[in-house]
Amino acid sequence: MSRAVAIEVSHLGKTYDKIQAVDDLSFQVFTGEIFGLLGPNGAGKSTTLRILITLLHPTSGSAKIFGLDSVKDADRVRQTIGYVPQERAIDRFLTGREHLELLADLYHLSSEAASTRIPHLLKLVELEQHADRPAKTYSGGMKRKLDIACGLLPDPKILFLDEPTLGLDVQSRLRIWDHVRDMRDRGITVVMTTNYLDEADRLCDRIAIIDSGRIKALGSPTELKVGLGGDVVSLTVGEHDRVDALAAAVKNLPAIRAVMIKPNGLDIRVDSPEKALPAILEAANRLTCQLEFIDYHRPRLDDVFIAHTGRSIKDDQPKEDDQ
Amino acid sequence: MTSRRKTINNEYWDPTEIFMKEYWQEIRALTMRWIRRLSREKFSMLFTLVQPMLFWLIFFGNLFQRAADMQVTQASSYISFLTAGVVVMTVLNNGLAGGVDLLFDKENGFLERLMSTPIHRSSVILSRFIFVMTLTSMQVLVILAVAWLFGVQPVTGLLGVATILFIGMLFGVGLTAISMAMAFSVKSHGDFFSVLGFLSLPMIFLSSALVPLSAMPGWMGFLAQFNPMTWAIDAVRPLILQGWTEALPHVGMVIVVMVMFDALCLYGGARAFRRAIG
Ligand SMILES: Nc1ncnc2c1ncn2[C@@H]1O[C@H](COP(=O)(O)OP(=O)(O)O)[C@@H](O)[C@H]1O
Ligand SMILES: [Mg+2]
Repeated sequence: MSRAVAIEVSHLGKTYDKIQAVDDLSFQVFTGEIFGLLGPNGAGKSTTLRILITLLHPTSGSAKIFGLDSVKDADRVRQTIGYVPQERAIDRFLTGREHLELLADLYHLSSEAASTRIPHLLKLVELEQHADRPAKTYSGGMKRKLDIACGLLPDPKILFLDEPTLGLDVQSRLRIWDHVRDMRDRGITVVMTTNYLDEADRLCDRIAIIDSGRIKALGSPTELKVGLGGDVVSLTVGEHDRVDALAAAVKNLPAIRAVMIKPNGLDIRVDSPEKALPAILEAANRLTCQLEFIDYHRPRLDDVFIAHTGRSIKDDQPKEDDQ
Repeated sequence: MTSRRKTINNEYWDPTEIFMKEYWQEIRALTMRWIRRLSREKFSMLFTLVQPMLFWLIFFGNLFQRAADMQVTQASSYISFLTAGVVVMTVLNNGLAGGVDLLFDKENGFLERLMSTPIHRSSVILSRFIFVMTLTSMQVLVILAVAWLFGVQPVTGLLGVATILFIGMLFGVGLTAISMAMAFSVKSHGDFFSVLGFLSLPMIFLSSALVPLSAMPGWMGFLAQFNPMTWAIDAVRPLILQGWTEALPHVGMVIVVMVMFDALCLYGGARAFRRAIG
């Protein structure tokens, strides 16, 4: 496996007025991988991406793309990257084809190059049928595909995708995932942000979990889950006011690694379930605390997220969706 | 020498030639986009082109024909007096609205997409200037044509019309720069349109567009002197009504005033742009 470094981020920081949006980020992205920035709304994902694509200047630290500085060599960086913004950055009045023609001129492609590449891209994202309709008639999924075609137009070495599937229906999401995998298979390095755990888990080769502008964990989804150690026992408690008492009782039992309190129960990470489970049940019995539901599973990415940030990424998901 | 040259399609190109070729490719593509957007909005295009002359020139001009005192306006008809005002008002409205499309581009992220491409940072702005200036010039020509139907013929002829277009452009550049600066600085488009509405009508009423300064209440006439619009109108009007000898001193003055006005607006615009885009 090639481990050449595509992006080198060191001690990156960005402050807006008084808000510290990104704080001392350091990570590397390797060529040919799908690298994900996973974090809740407002974590600083878009800010990080905007610095990498040279649209924002960092207030501290630096980012190098193929050895080129994002500030000093901004112009050359822009020639090697493609970008798909978080907003549907689409001109309603232009057709799909006109979007690509405009970008072809902005990337200084010759008309011959443009006339071979554009039909190819339209075919790739399955928009040929709709290429000559104004974008205002497109569905959300179609707009997203056009976005991606626009990002691919310069034939980039690195493609940046900001929340590529935000708000899309399940089918469109799966389609976009396929496209992203396809790009990786063709040798493009992909850097994307997401606040969907399953997307990070199933699509990304490596992820950085970021929260409040800082990296909390970094690695492949499998590494992160294994690194957590132990399995997870989830308890749903009938009387919510008993949760704290139960947590206190469980905490000091043998074979227990960590206890996370949720509003309606506990997530308990255990070393060996055959020792821990009877002890937990006995503790609940002793407190006459009624358990409505018991779930036992190998660590999932949401367990990883909770373990590293102290909260669930889903807490603010509804807010995210209606944006 | 050859080491400084790059090859494109196996031909050798001078770096300056490449620069100019790429710059032109960007500006042409971006300008085409503005034109396409306008032409897709058929109704909007119609109203943009027709509204100023319909509303101001035809209605206002004929409505005030009897009410306006020819001794005061020093013109054979109120329409002939008003034509210069409508021409400059069109420049004003187009200029102040010149940043609107960029405002929407900023809000929906399209600007970010444009800026992530390896274009010269100034191309977006320049394309906008070219588009607004061309559109404005066409409208001015239409207004002069409609005025002509009502018997208003610029006495200085075609050269006079060219001079009018030139003055319009000088004024329009500064206004468009203000508008774009605002588009880049405002937090929401609500703010933008409030400021626009707040600026545009007083600019018209506190100028010599509708009545000469001499006929205004003292304080209004005083304020109107500082309005660059007044200077533009005072140069355009004699080009239509009186002739070169009367017009030339005003034309000279307005060029000086507008160069200063433009320098100020472009400086502010460039700062706002740099703050927003980096
Ligand atoms: N232009 C801006 N001005 C001020 N604050 C900003 C700006 N953009 C983002 N922020 C703030 O920076 C933080 C990180 O934002 P962002 O990078 O967009 O997060 P994410 O993409 O992870 O949702 C948030 O608190 C947000 O409010
Ligand atoms: Mg974001």
